[in-house]
Amino acid sequence: MKKEINMKWNRKDLLGLEDLTREEIKMILDTTESFKEISTREVKKVPALRGKTIANLFFESSTRTRISFELAEKRLSADVVNFSASTSSLSKGETLIDTARNIEAMKIDCVVIRHSSSGASYMLSKKLNAAVINAGDGTHEHPTQALLDMFTIREKKGRLEGLKVTIVGDIRHSRVARSNIWGMRKMGMDVRICGPKTLLPVNIEKTGVKVFYDIEHAIKHVDVIMALRIQKERQGQSYFPSIREYSKLYGITGERLKYAKEDVLIMHPGPINRGVEIMPEVADGPYSVILEQVTNGLAVRMAVLYLVMGSKTKEVSA
Amino acid sequence: MVGGMDMSLKEKGPVMDKEGVERTISRIAHEIVEKNRGTDDLAIIGIRTRGVFLAERIAKKIKQIEKAVLPIGTLDITLYRDDLSTIASQPVVHKTEIPFDITDKVVVLVDDVLYTGRTIRAALDELIDFGRPKAIQLAVLVDRGHRELPIRADYAGKNVPTSQKEIVEVRLEEYDKKTEVIIIGKHAK
Repeated sequence: MKKEINMKWNRKDLLGLEDLTREEIKMILDTTESFKEISTREVKKVPALRGKTIANLFFESSTRTRISFELAEKRLSADVVNFSASTSSLSKGETLIDTARNIEAMKIDCVVIRHSSSGASYMLSKKLNAAVINAGDGTHEHPTQALLDMFTIREKKGRLEGLKVTIVGDIRHSRVARSNIWGMRKMGMDVRICGPKTLLPVNIEKTGVKVFYDIEHAIKHVDVIMALRIQKERQGQSYFPSIREYSKLYGITGERLKYAKEDVLIMHPGPINRGVEIMPEVADGPYSVILEQVTNGLAVRMAVLYLVMGSKTKEVSA
Repeated sequence: MVGGMDMSLKEKGPVMDKEGVERTISRIAHEIVEKNRGTDDLAIIGIRTRGVFLAERIAKKIKQIEKAVLPIGTLDITLYRDDLSTIASQPVVHKTEIPFDITDKVVVLVDDVLYTGRTIRAALDELIDFGRPKAIQLAVLVDRGHRELPIRADYAGKNVPTSQKEIVEVRLEEYDKKTEVIIIGKHAK
């Protein structure tokens, strides 16, 4: 076929958006459009990955991402094995690499990994012939989340280039924010971050984002507001005085929305702390696309699995 | 797929010109209406890429003949291909769009060239995932032989004997700027 996109996907792994080119990100988003329809069919399944086996290694708790990946895999007809840290031989002292090698010895085609250490998926990708997909590594990257965020924005606004987005909250510990900053900057978006100084990484301006400490200023005339979860588990490390104060200064309230554009999109990667970083009237309000993000997440993961598992690299010669 | 490095390609002349394609589509449209005794429960689904435009042309013709507007859909069979695990890189997936319930409909599948039959096998599998049609019929502009599966067309525009070294190309204005069907011969240099 002559006029089709000539681009080919050549990566064995999806580890982070820092590595990807603008064209590769666009290719994933375009492919996602085709996969979205599958979940609306009578039979929500296509045979594309029939006979392939995928291991989901979740060393850190997750509901949404784990279920989303598992459903995506099953809707592509792959066979799926799940692994969670609490029930594994990790508790017997086995290292991550040994665990992964043993799993690969059982002829697994793809590993989806979430781990609390930044770089865990990179390390794994160097040791395994199987495809590796990063489902969140420490405070580093969570590429599929950022891809589904960008897909949702593009679907709603028709484009990404030139749009203004403000990410509010704990940027320092957020892999979602990091992946989004890489991805959105590459797609030509104007990215702003806002939060207490203690929760913003130093030198973040070097990535091309604009830094704000005042929420009303930060969301002025923006197209998208993305609230991040305040990670209560980090409380007690005195990043900010109290949750109540944070909520008062940075919480997304219905009142504050008047500063943003009239058709602003409200996003949140979940799980939500209602009444902390986002008020219920906003989370459930007419501008919120939080549940559509979840729906799109499934399609994005199907697209990523399809692309990554189809790329034939030299070292994989089964 | 056109332009292998050690192959030279030679156009062997047209199998059908623009008028030929239009007359053939008109005949297929009439045959569809005749065979189904009207247009009740009929639906047309084109297979990407050129089957989609052929499906639109056939639907337009049937509208002229019978004053009936048929539901029309688009099928991308990529995810149902039987060679996904052997080809070099994942083919680009395009949208499948079937905006109506196919259950109890007579679905006419439309493609440009019928060759091995593998595309049609994939299309049949995909269609069944959308529901249970009363019947599925197949319309193609060109049947070039060399079937590898027990599949045949209900409506074939033209039977063209070919060698497996040749390529049959259907070109349609909507996509290729020019409407014609040609055979291209492949010769090793």
